Amino acid sequence: MRLQNVLMIMLITLFVSCGGGEKKDTSNNKKPAKKAAVKKTVTKTVATKKVKEEGIVDLNNKGIGPIKSVELTETIDKAMADKGAKVFKSKCSACHRTNRKFIGPNPTGILKRRSPEWVMNMILNPDEMVKNDPIAKELLMKFNGSPMANQNLSKEEARQVLEFFRTL
Amino acid sequence: MRTSFKFLILILSTSFLFVSCGNKGNNSNKSALNSSKAEKVYVAPGEHDSHYAFISGGYSGNLTVYGLPSGRMFKEIPVFSQFPTTGYGYSEETKPMLNTSFGQIPWDDSHHPDISQTNGVLDGRWIFINGNNTPRIARISLTTFETEEIIEVPNSAGNHSSSFITENTEYVVAGTRFSVPVPQVDVPINEYKGNFKGALSFIKVDKETGRMGIKFQILMPGFNYDLSHPGRDKSHGWFFFTTYNTEEASTLLEVNASQNDKDFIAAINWKKIEEYVDNGGGTKMPTNYAHNVYDEHTHTATSTMVKEVLTVNPADIPGAIYFLPTPKSPHGCDVDPTGEYIIGNGKLSADLTIHSFSKMLEAIENKKFDGEAYGIPILNYEDVLAGSVKSGGLGPLHTEFDGLGNAYTTFFISSEVVKWKIGTWEVIDRKPTYYSVGHLTIPGGNSRKPFGKYMFAMNKITKDRYLPTGPELEHSAQLYDISGDKMELLLDFPTHGEPHYAAAIPADIIKNNSKKFYRLDENKHPYAITSPADAKVVREGKDVHIYMSMIRSHFTPDNIEGVKVGDKVYFHITNHEQDFDVPHGFAMIGANNSELLIMPGQTKTLTWYPKKVGVWPFYCTDFCSALHQEMQGYIRVSPKNSDIKLSWSLDGE
Repeated sequence: MRLQNVLMIMLITLFVSCGGGEKKDTSNNKKPAKKAAVKKTVTKTVATKKVKEEGIVDLNNKGIGPIKSVELTETIDKAMADKGAKVFKSKCSACHRTNRKFIGPNPTGILKRRSPEWVMNMILNPDEMVKNDPIAKELLMKFNGSPMANQNLSKEEARQVLEFFRTL
Repeated sequence: MRTSFKFLILILSTSFLFVSCGNKGNNSNKSALNSSKAEKVYVAPGEHDSHYAFISGGYSGNLTVYGLPSGRMFKEIPVFSQFPTTGYGYSEETKPMLNTSFGQIPWDDSHHPDISQTNGVLDGRWIFINGNNTPRIARISLTTFETEEIIEVPNSAGNHSSSFITENTEYVVAGTRFSVPVPQVDVPINEYKGNFKGALSFIKVDKETGRMGIKFQILMPGFNYDLSHPGRDKSHGWFFFTTYNTEEASTLLEVNASQNDKDFIAAINWKKIEEYVDNGGGTKMPTNYAHNVYDEHTHTATSTMVKEVLTVNPADIPGAIYFLPTPKSPHGCDVDPTGEYIIGNGKLSADLTIHSFSKMLEAIENKKFDGEAYGIPILNYEDVLAGSVKSGGLGPLHTEFDGLGNAYTTFFISSEVVKWKIGTWEVIDRKPTYYSVGHLTIPGGNSRKPFGKYMFAMNKITKDRYLPTGPELEHSAQLYDISGDKMELLLDFPTHGEPHYAAAIPADIIKNNSKKFYRLDENKHPYAITSPADAKVVREGKDVHIYMSMIRSHFTPDNIEGVKVGDKVYFHITNHEQDFDVPHGFAMIGANNSELLIMPGQTKTLTWYPKKVGVWPFYCTDFCSALHQEMQGYIRVSPKNSDIKLSWSLDGE
């Protein structure tokens, strides 16, 4: 089944359950000068609204996918982390910021919430993860049904990104 | 009123009964269905067809991709025509593909696709197709299913006897259907005879890249060159072209070009001409034609005008070209898989004429000629004839082969396909088509190794076969099972445009090489951004370049201000997805061209002229995720003299 179909169903569920009630007021389009000010306050309220409780935290969940075990070294491998930063910038930064929640979750401190295997499987196998993994399923709903895109990273690249996450 | 209501209820309940009974019958009768035609073409949900069929789109100018045996259309590949679905021919990158010596031509009439070969076997690397109206040949990659190259053919008109390729893809030919003055000149039309020429162009194909270049043009007598076929196996090195209008008429051709009892098949020893040319033979002639190449890594096409073409006068290479007399206005020109037999299908003849390649060589050896035309020797009909199929049909058009010693010929006037045996010329089977069949295709059926199993006929008239949709219906193709002695009609399916000819191939040869997405790190487009952090808007005078990225479900940036009326805005958009089948669309209100559909990892550019002050939205057209509708943005357009600074943002960043 195509991801889009899954998401369609989720969208419908969303509409049914939320009824679009969370949407903000958009009727303020009269004077350009005032508009900017109004816009700013709206952005702020949205930002505060979105700070919410963390969902499932399960460090034993390794996720579903090709990664069965990951050994992390004592110290961070800087060269590897640098490579990971580059991959992150090119393939992930469209949706993830390291200083805030954006389209997707903020990866800062992620290893306090998820196992390294889970992180890599989420990168490498997002389609199956959002279908079958309880954390990924929860995240998909929490992030408005925005799918985690499969960016076709190699295992090596995913490992580099993980190392980069350790530096955050 | 009441009665009719009751009646309606009765009808409805009865039909429910029928429906449910029918279903039950289906379920409980599986064994009986095993032999049914439906099962032979049924490809269950999620399963794949066994063959690809590439059907020319005729006056759509494109090429359509179908599955066999289901007859499902998978894709329309834009080739010679602008295609709003993807922005082909509208985007800045693809506009050069449609450049010609006449300027940009957004349409053509695509006729005969042919798949590349190695040792006479389809290799599934590229497919070539001709533009008939403004003579062009296109090469389409079968890894990306995109048109990669289009070369215009000078000195030609009605580029019909193409695009057929030799058995190692050494050459693709482009033969002119209409003879014209070469070079073009302002002369009375009734001075046609003896003054007009028929250019047969041999376009060399690079072994590795597929790049094309016109190596030489043979300037033949002013006949009409209708179809062609390369020699195979033993006749490899020769090319055969059917001719009509050997009368050289220029008016009312329907009558005046059908006077002669026999026209010719021109047999051309291209290896001999190649050798002549390689040794410095031929005459360079000034000309002007476009050569357009699309680069997969820059996602951009360039158009170069070529100023010269090498022409060859047949009189200068004795022994390279001969005429085989063939009745009567032959259309199809087909060579069997062994290369021995050259089949000429005389449109106005009831019989098929089969020439023997070895008898032809023998006659040439013995110099047994029956005169000449413009210095080209004419062989004796009887000396080269291998036999004829007395079919009793009318209007034979085109023949293909199943690799088991059988040939299949379409008959346009009597609307049928006739199966006959090579060598004995005996008719084995005949089946009607609905209606007015043109070409037929067997997977690999024009190569040294046909794959057999299926044959489909492409019909010109469809009436009564489908639900009516106004005065015109899509043309139909009909699929036959040819694995038994008798042909079995399995399926009708609609085609797009006027399908002239098709090429088909087992799916396994292509599908594993099919590209799933373009790698972002290989994107060499000059306006690509490989990280959303590089998104920017740059003003260069009145030109505004927007470097934008897209991924599910947003654009970066999505708010742009400081654009003014009178500017020319370029949206350079890179799709940052790296996953199969996740394109995004881009549509801009008031854009005077089309949308863009941008493949994963690809960059495309749309030009937009902001004409009205205001705040104007753009959005993604391809349903990409639950939040697809939210994939949109705004551009603020200020008056010409405004001093609002160029700025852009995404979520305040």
